[in-house]
Amino acid sequence: MSDASILPETVNASGRVQRQVVLPFLKSVEISLKSIKVRFFRSLITTMSLVLAVSFLSFINVSNDVANGMLATRNPDLRATLIRSGYDLGPEDTSVGSNAKQRWIVILSLLVCVVGIVNAQLMAVTERFREIGTMKCLGALDRFVLRLFILEAGMQGLAGASVGALAGAIFSLTNAWLRFGTEAVASVSLTNLLISIGIATSVGCLLSLLGVFYPALVAARMQPVEAMRVEQ
Amino acid sequence: MAEKTNIVRVTNVTKVFKLGKIDVNALKGINLEITKGNYISIMGPSGSGKSTLFNMIGGLDKPTSGKVYIDEVDIAQLDAYELAWLRCRKIGYIFQTFNIIQVMTALENVTLPMIFAGMGNDAAVDKGMQLLELVGLGDRYSHKPFELSGGQQQRVAIARALANDPAIILADEPTGNLDLTTGEECIALLKRLSQERGVTVISATHDFKMLNVSDQVVWIRDGRVDKIEDREELSISIGQIGTKE
Repeated sequence: MSDASILPETVNASGRVQRQVVLPFLKSVEISLKSIKVRFFRSLITTMSLVLAVSFLSFINVSNDVANGMLATRNPDLRATLIRSGYDLGPEDTSVGSNAKQRWIVILSLLVCVVGIVNAQLMAVTERFREIGTMKCLGALDRFVLRLFILEAGMQGLAGASVGALAGAIFSLTNAWLRFGTEAVASVSLTNLLISIGIATSVGCLLSLLGVFYPALVAARMQPVEAMRVEQ
Repeated sequence: MAEKTNIVRVTNVTKVFKLGKIDVNALKGINLEITKGNYISIMGPSGSGKSTLFNMIGGLDKPTSGKVYIDEVDIAQLDAYELAWLRCRKIGYIFQTFNIIQVMTALENVTLPMIFAGMGNDAAVDKGMQLLELVGLGDRYSHKPFELSGGQQQRVAIARALANDPAIILADEPTGNLDLTTGEECIALLKRLSQERGVTVISATHDFKMLNVSDQVVWIRDGRVDKIEDREELSISIGQIGTKE
C-alpha cells in the first residue's frame, strides 16, 4: 500500500514510475457484481441466449448418454425402442455418437449465440461510455476496464452456462423418461452425465468470454475525451 | 509555499481538429502560466477553445504542437501508466455534467480514486466520509446519484475530485447545469477549498459569478489568449464585463 499521507507535490518526476495506480482484484469483482445487479434485466437477456444455446448442447449430449446407457444394458427391447425412435443402429453397434447433422446444428446455434453476446456487449459498452470515461479520468488504466468487462462476462457466462447445462440435462432426462420409461433413465451412467454437463458449462463460459473480448477491448482503448464528448 | 511557483505552464499550444477535409484550428498558440494555489477562471464565449485548452491541461488530450507542463513535467512525455497516475493523484476533475458513476453510491464514488491510488478500503471509507462531510453531504453517503439533486451531485463530484489531495482541480463549467443559488454554493465551496488546502483551481466557464472569487481571469477568444487579468484590475473593470461579450 502506498503512503496515502504524502502530498503529491513532494513526489518528483522520477517517483512517478514506481507509483502506479491499482485496482485490487476483490474490488473489481465487487464493482462487476454491482454493475450486473444494477442492470439485472439487461444482463438476464444477454445471458438468456447463452442459456438457450448451452441447454441445446447439453440436451444433445445427455440424449446420447441416455441412448448409450440403454445400449449398455444389452436389453434387446430397449435396443428395439431406440431404433424405432429414429436412432440409426447397425446390428453390431454398441454405442451412438452424435451424428454430423446434430453437430452442425449445435455449432450453428453456438455461433448465433456468440454473435448475440457480441451485440449485447457492444450495446452495453456504448451505454456505459460515460462511466468508462469518468473512471479513466479518475486514473483507471485500460486493463482495469478490460478486467471489469471480462469479469462481468465471466460471471454471466458461468451463471448462464450452468443454468443452461442443467436445464438441458433435466429436459433430456425427462424426455427419455417419458419416451422410454424408467429403466432407460436408470441406465444412464452418472459419470457420462456429469461430463456432458461439465462440457456444456465450460463451452458456455468460453463463448461468453469470447463474445465480450472485442467489446471490452473497444471500451478499454477509448480515450477519456471521446467518452466525455458523448451526449447522454 | 513558494510565492511564485508555476504549477501549470502552457507554451505555444496549438490544436487542430480534422473534421473531414476541413482543419479546424481550435487553439492557435496559447501561452499561459498558472501560479500554484490560485483560483483561475478561463473565460470565453462558446467555441473559443476553452474546453479544448482545459482538456490539454488535464492530460485528456494531446496538443498538435507546443507543450504542457504540470509541475515542470512535460505531460506529452508520460506513458499511459504515468498519465493515469497523474490523473489519479495530481488532478481532480469536475465536469459540467457531474459524471458521477451512476451505479455507485456517493461514498463509493468518492472512494474509487483512493482505491486506484492504492489506499486500503477502511482508510478510503474514513477519508471519503470526511470529504462528504466537508461538502455537507455526510448523511447522504449511501444515496445513489439519481437520489441526489444536481447541486448535491456536483458536491459529490467536488469531494471525489479532492479524494487524493490533488494539486490541481480542473473544473469544466462546474456551474453550467446548476441554478443560480446552488451554482453560487458550489463556487463558494471551491473557493474555500482552494484557500484552505492551497489547491490550484482552474475552471473553464462563462459564468460571471465566478469572477468574484477568481484570483486571475484568462480571457480566451478565437483560440488565443485575449488578456489575463488579476483580481485587482478585475474589480475596476467589472462594470464593463457585460459589454465584453
